[in-house]
Amino acid sequence: MTRKSHETSFFRTEMLPPKPPPPATTGVLGWMRKHLFSDWLNTILTFIGIYIIWLIVSSFVQFALIDAVWSGADRKACLPHDGIEVGACWAFVHAKFNQFMYGFYPRALQWRVNLTYIVGILLLVPMLIPKLPYKRLNGILLLVVFPIFAYLMLYGAPSLGLDKVETTKWGGLLLTLVIAITGIVTSLPLGVLLALGRQSKMPIVRLVSVIFIEFWRGVPLITVLFMSSVMLPLFLPEGVTLDKVVRPLVGVALFSAAYMAEVVRGGLQAIPKGQYEGAMALGLSYWQMMRFIILPQALKLVIPGIVNTFIGLFKDTSLVSIIGLMDLLGIVQSSLADAKWATPTTAPTAYLFLAMIYWTFCFSMSRYSIFMENLLHTGHKR
Amino acid sequence: MNTSPAKKLEISDEVAIEISNMNKWYGDFHVLRDINLTVYKGERIVICGPSGSGKSTMIRCINRLEEHQAGKIIVDGVELTEDVKKIEGIRKEVGMVFQHFNLFPHLTVLQNCTLAPIWVKHMPKAEAEDIAMHYLEKVKIPEQANKYPGQLSGGQQQRVAIARSLCMAPKIMLFDEPTSALDPEMIKEVLDVMVDLAETGMTMLVVTHEMGFARKVANRVIFMDAGQIVEQNEPEEFFTNPKSDRTKLFLSQILH
Repeated sequence: MTRKSHETSFFRTEMLPPKPPPPATTGVLGWMRKHLFSDWLNTILTFIGIYIIWLIVSSFVQFALIDAVWSGADRKACLPHDGIEVGACWAFVHAKFNQFMYGFYPRALQWRVNLTYIVGILLLVPMLIPKLPYKRLNGILLLVVFPIFAYLMLYGAPSLGLDKVETTKWGGLLLTLVIAITGIVTSLPLGVLLALGRQSKMPIVRLVSVIFIEFWRGVPLITVLFMSSVMLPLFLPEGVTLDKVVRPLVGVALFSAAYMAEVVRGGLQAIPKGQYEGAMALGLSYWQMMRFIILPQALKLVIPGIVNTFIGLFKDTSLVSIIGLMDLLGIVQSSLADAKWATPTTAPTAYLFLAMIYWTFCFSMSRYSIFMENLLHTGHKR
Repeated sequence: MNTSPAKKLEISDEVAIEISNMNKWYGDFHVLRDINLTVYKGERIVICGPSGSGKSTMIRCINRLEEHQAGKIIVDGVELTEDVKKIEGIRKEVGMVFQHFNLFPHLTVLQNCTLAPIWVKHMPKAEAEDIAMHYLEKVKIPEQANKYPGQLSGGQQQRVAIARSLCMAPKIMLFDEPTSALDPEMIKEVLDVMVDLAETGMTMLVVTHEMGFARKVANRVIFMDAGQIVEQNEPEEFFTNPKSDRTKLFLSQILH
């Protein structure tokens, strides 16, 4: 083997300097050639795909935009005329828009709802932008002061000159947001406590947490809602009544807290034992260790799961329409019974509108969670 | 290796740690058997032994990362019991460096170092940061203060871990195989920091297989096997003239 010595013996006189990586793509055309038209089979599949997309998108655009009716006073505008089919009946949504947003909240007092929205957004947006300062103050305002403000504004306080608006008059997007946001805000801290409780060394705490979680997870949300509206009043002492909106609201919050607890527990289990030991060895107390070391890492790991639960909760609020609450879904469905607007396209338009609103909220949450995940990433990206 | 100045450091006759008749079981398995050990202030003790001999478990009992079931452990005059407040008090005084560093990946190097002083010792943030920078300079990485642990090499991470412990101004430092997870090139940088620390008179208990370090720094070497202290002696004597057959066998295997 004469070649052996030649190949095994090598030494470098100069170390190589780092070089930039090769260009990843060669423009749009290069990308398309590589991914869409690499061979004849791929090319055929690409064209079939484009055709299917075209079929769906074009008929959707035809219905929602081109053939749509944008204005009109009643059903006549949306009926097929001269034998021509009509698309989406946006005139209907326009006519009912106020109801969809506020339910039967008195028109003259709707400024209070709007003011609540504005204050809420003004407090929420700076909270969501990580770069802005005063997070602690902002958090207190958002989580402590704002709920009180919102309660006074929405429900009213005669002593402050704000007329009472019974919750039975609340409806539409307002009610959906009230239930969803209360549920979201209470389920996360409650879920964290339950998850910690389930891992606690104290047997009673652990038992109570396990029973709570397993009870709420084992029951369908509809059952919870029916029980809260039908059964709960039977068990309450005479004279005590719980508000018709508060009951399902508590049900939704506790229900999602149980799911949240299991999501958070998944995160806790992914934290290596060394992190606990490192924190303990420094003399941190249990709550300090959880607050500064374990929970920040565990919650970051399960952001997708947390947001999943939030989104699920947001959409599940629509179930309260079954127990007679006029949330967004409930009010849209009941408005479909209006004979003044009975046309073939009223219902599809209404549901399309409904879907768009739900989608907007859920998609925003999803995008924000992805943004947070990237922001919280330390160390090297894979 | 020659005797270094570190050896001539004074050892006080004050007791730092007193372990008497300590026993521990994992289920039915008797991991630590009748451990008796007195550590004086300023002592640098190296603990070695085959894996599973209980050396890590023993030093982890000193800050109660592990619980002992029988016997007594008195650290800095306080006996370790179930009392959480006492345990937290002892952990304030006892620093620990781990094999896998256990830095907090979501905090910067500086935040890793200031967290405990701020929250456990209620130190003002600016003062904690000054102290942290002081110790980061001691371990020769002040320039990494604002990086995250995941951006550092293993050796750098371990040096941060040492600085993090020192920021609490501990009276005793425990090292649990601090170089076992490191590449050969990085072992030296960590050991150098530990040698520097020994020269400040810190009481140190070091579980390690770095026999060079033991010769250079330790004033006592303890050999453990099967959950017991088999032999202890001054390093020269320990390495050149081991008494027990078990020690001789162990040394012959690790010193080639």
